[in-house]
Amino acid sequence: MPGLIQSVQRAAAILRLLATRSRPLGVAELANALGLPKTTVHGILRTLQHVGFVEQDPHSGRYRLGAALLHLGGSYLDGNELRTRALNWADALAARSGESVRIGTLHEGRVLVVHHVFRPDDSLQALDVGTLLPAHCTALGKVLLAYEPDPAGQLPTPLDAPAPAAITSPAALKRELAAVRRRGWALDAEESAPGILAVAAPIRDRRGITVGAIGVSGTVERLRAGGTLRADLVPHVRDAADSISRDLGFPDG
Amino acid sequence: MTQYIAAIDQGTTSSRCMIFDPSGSIISIAQQEHRQIYPKPGWVEHDATEIWTNVQQVVHDALRQKDITADQIAAIGITNQRETTLLWDRTTGEPLHNAIVWQDTRTDQLCRELGAGIGQERFRERCGLPLATYFAGPKIAWLLREHPELRARAERGDVLFGTMESWIIYKLTGGTHVTDVTNASRTMLMNINTLRWDDDILAAMDIPRAMLPEIKGSAQTYGTATGELAGVPVASALGDQQAALFGQTCFAEGEAKCTYGTGSFLLLNTGTTPVQSANGLLTTVGYQIGDQAPVYALEGAIAITGSLVQWFRDNLGLITTAPEIETLARTVDDNGGCYIVPAFSGLFAPHWRSDARGVITGLTSYITKGHLARAVLEATAWQTREVVDAMNNDSGVDLTTLKVDGGMTADNLLMQFLSDVLDVPVVRPMVAETTCLGAAYAAGLAVGYWPDIESLRANWHKAAEWHPQMEAATRDREYHNWRKAVERTLNWVEHDSR
Ligand SMILES: Nc1ncnc2c1ncn2[C@@H]1O[C@H](COP(=O)(O)OP(=O)(O)OP(=O)(O)O)[C@@H](O)[C@H]1O
Ligand SMILES: [Mg+2]
Repeated sequence: MPGLIQSVQRAAAILRLLATRSRPLGVAELANALGLPKTTVHGILRTLQHVGFVEQDPHSGRYRLGAALLHLGGSYLDGNELRTRALNWADALAARSGESVRIGTLHEGRVLVVHHVFRPDDSLQALDVGTLLPAHCTALGKVLLAYEPDPAGQLPTPLDAPAPAAITSPAALKRELAAVRRRGWALDAEESAPGILAVAAPIRDRRGITVGAIGVSGTVERLRAGGTLRADLVPHVRDAADSISRDLGFPDG
Repeated sequence: MTQYIAAIDQGTTSSRCMIFDPSGSIISIAQQEHRQIYPKPGWVEHDATEIWTNVQQVVHDALRQKDITADQIAAIGITNQRETTLLWDRTTGEPLHNAIVWQDTRTDQLCRELGAGIGQERFRERCGLPLATYFAGPKIAWLLREHPELRARAERGDVLFGTMESWIIYKLTGGTHVTDVTNASRTMLMNINTLRWDDDILAAMDIPRAMLPEIKGSAQTYGTATGELAGVPVASALGDQQAALFGQTCFAEGEAKCTYGTGSFLLLNTGTTPVQSANGLLTTVGYQIGDQAPVYALEGAIAITGSLVQWFRDNLGLITTAPEIETLARTVDDNGGCYIVPAFSGLFAPHWRSDARGVITGLTSYITKGHLARAVLEATAWQTREVVDAMNNDSGVDLTTLKVDGGMTADNLLMQFLSDVLDVPVVRPMVAETTCLGAAYAAGLAVGYWPDIESLRANWHKAAEWHPQMEAATRDREYHNWRKAVERTLNWVEHDSR
C-alpha cells in the first residue's frame, strides 16, 4: 500500500514478536523470524531501545519489551493510586524508622513526591506532596533512574550539585546506578543537601516494572551516628517497598 | 518470641485482618471483598456465610504473610460494620437469610408505623436514636413479620439475632452468643442509660428477648478462639466507628475524630454521661473497658461518602479506580458551579430525611467530568461541615482541629478542601486504619498486652496535616450553594407511592 512507512511496519513486527514470546530474543532470532537482515533489525532495535520501547538484557544481550511501552495503554500507575495503595506501609515505615517517609515517581527527569509521611515526633512539618526533586542526587531518584531504560537521556546536562557530595559526572552516575540495581536500594549521602541522609528502594508492580520508590530521610546525626548507617534502616525501607510491591501483585515481593 | 495483637475488621465492602506490634504499627494486612447483593431498589444484603469464610481466609493470610503462628497472638479483637442484621439457627449455626445491611431502606414504612403518631423521636430518650431504617431493631421486626414461622422459634431462643461482631464471635468461639455495648447501642433496643435491653422498646417492636445476645463490655475476654487461632482469647468488640475513636486515642471528653470510608462518621467523646442531641446527632456508647464506667459519644453519621466515589467509578464508569477521582478532579480548578448531594437512601445526620433523594445541581453545558469529580469530593467535605456545625451547637464548644482516618484520607485534594470548608486544621495520624487499630488496642488492654490507655496515647503521632487556605468569602458562598443543593433533595419520595 502506498504511503506506508516500511521501517515503522518492521518495528511493529519486532514489537509483536517480543510481546508474544515469554523470553527475551536475540538479534539473530528476530532477524530469522522476520526474514530481515541482522543489520536492519539491529538498527530498529537500537531506535526502539532509545525511546524505551525495548530493553536489552545486560547479561545475555537479548531484547524484551521496555517499560515505556508497558506504560502506554493506560497501564501506568497513577500517583494518587500509588499513594492510596501504599498508605499503610508508608505509615509503618515512618513509625519503625522514626523518620519521615516519601514516595516518588519519575516525572520528566525529576522525582515527583506523591506521598509524604511526617517524622513521628509531632514537630511542625509541612506536607510536600507535589514537589519536584532532582533525580541524580536523591535516593528516590537514583532508584527510579536505576530501573529506567535510558536514564542519561532524561537528565539535564550538565548535572548540577545542590551539595558538594553530589555526583556530577555521567560516568560516575552510571556506575552508581549499576550499584543500586545490584544492591536493590539507593543511598543519598549528603548529596541533595548537606547534613541529610536518605535511603530508598523500588516499588514494583505485577509485571516487575518499577512504578515508584519509597524512602526515608533524616539528619546525619540521627541516621549515621558513630559514622555507620543505622543498621535497621535498609531492612525497614526494603521491607516497606516489598510489602507495597506484593500488594501491587509483584510475585517475589 | 515477639507477641502480637490481631484485629478483624468485618466491614461493609470487605473483611480485613491486621496484625500489630507493641508500638501499634501494622505488621501484616490481608483483605477480601464480599458481594453486595441488591435484590430490589433500596435493598442491600450480604451473605453471612461468605463473610465468615472470608474472615477465616484473611486471618490465615495475615498470619502467613509474616509466618506468624497462633501462639504469637496475645489476643484478637473484632470490629465491624454496625447495624447490619442477621438471624441464624442456634442448632445448625447457619444463617436463616441474607444479612440486611445498614444502608438498606426496606424498613422505611415500618419505621413510620413504629413512630405511632409520635414520630421519629419516639424512642430517642431511651435509646439515643431516632427511628430510622439504618438501625437493627426495625430490621429484626421486619424479618419476624416477613417470616412469621421464625417467631415461635425466636421466642424459644432457637433463632438468634446478632450484628456482625456477634456473628463472628459466635463462629470464632464455637457458640458464644454475645454483643458489646457499642454495637448494642445501634439496635435501638438497648436503654442508653442502663445499657440493658429495654423491655418497653422490645414490646413496641414485638421482638422476643430470648433471641438477643448478652450485652458485654467492649474490652474483655468473651471466649477462646477455635480453628486457626485456637487458644487465642477473643478480647474486644467495637462497632467500626467506635473502634476508630478508640484507635485515634480520643479518650478524653471533648476529643473527636471523623473516619472517611464507605460512609463517614464524626464521633465526639462526651465522657461518662450520655448527651441528647438537639441537632440531629446520635447518642451512642463510645466504649466500655472491662467493667469500668461506659464512655459515651455524640455521632454525626453521613451515609454516602466513599461510596459516592465508588458509584462514580462503577455506575458512571468515569474512572477505573477510586484514587483516580483526585487525578480527574485536578484537571479543573473548581466545581464549575456544580454540586452533587448523594442522598441515595435519604439524608442522614443532621437532617434525617428519608424522603430525600440525590441531586446533581448547577448543570450547564460548561460542566465536564472533571467538575463532576470535584463535586463528588466536595460533597464529602460539605456533609462533614453540616455535621460539625451540629456538633458545635450541641456541645457548645467549637471544634479546633479535626482528626481524620480511613481510606479516603489518602486523597490530598479532599483533605485540603475539608480543611478549607471547616476552617480548621485537619490531621491524619500515623495509622490511617484506626478501625483495626482500635479493636487491637481494646483487645490488648483486656489481656494486659498494653498496660493502660496512657501507653496507647504515646503511640499516636501526626502523619500529615492540612491547613485552611480558602478565603472566607469563597467558603461562605460555596456553603450557601451547597445548602441550596440540599434543599433540592427534600420531598422527592412521596410516601405510599414509591
Ligand atoms: N484516593 C481516594 N480518593 C477518594 N476516595 C477514595 C480514595 N481511596 C479510597 N477511596 C474511597 O474510600 C473508601 C474505602 O475506604 P476504607 O477502606 O476506609 O472503607 P471502609 O469504610 O473501611 O470500608 P468498609 O465499609 O468495608 O468498612 C471507598 O469507598 C473508596 O471509594
Ligand atoms: Mg471500615
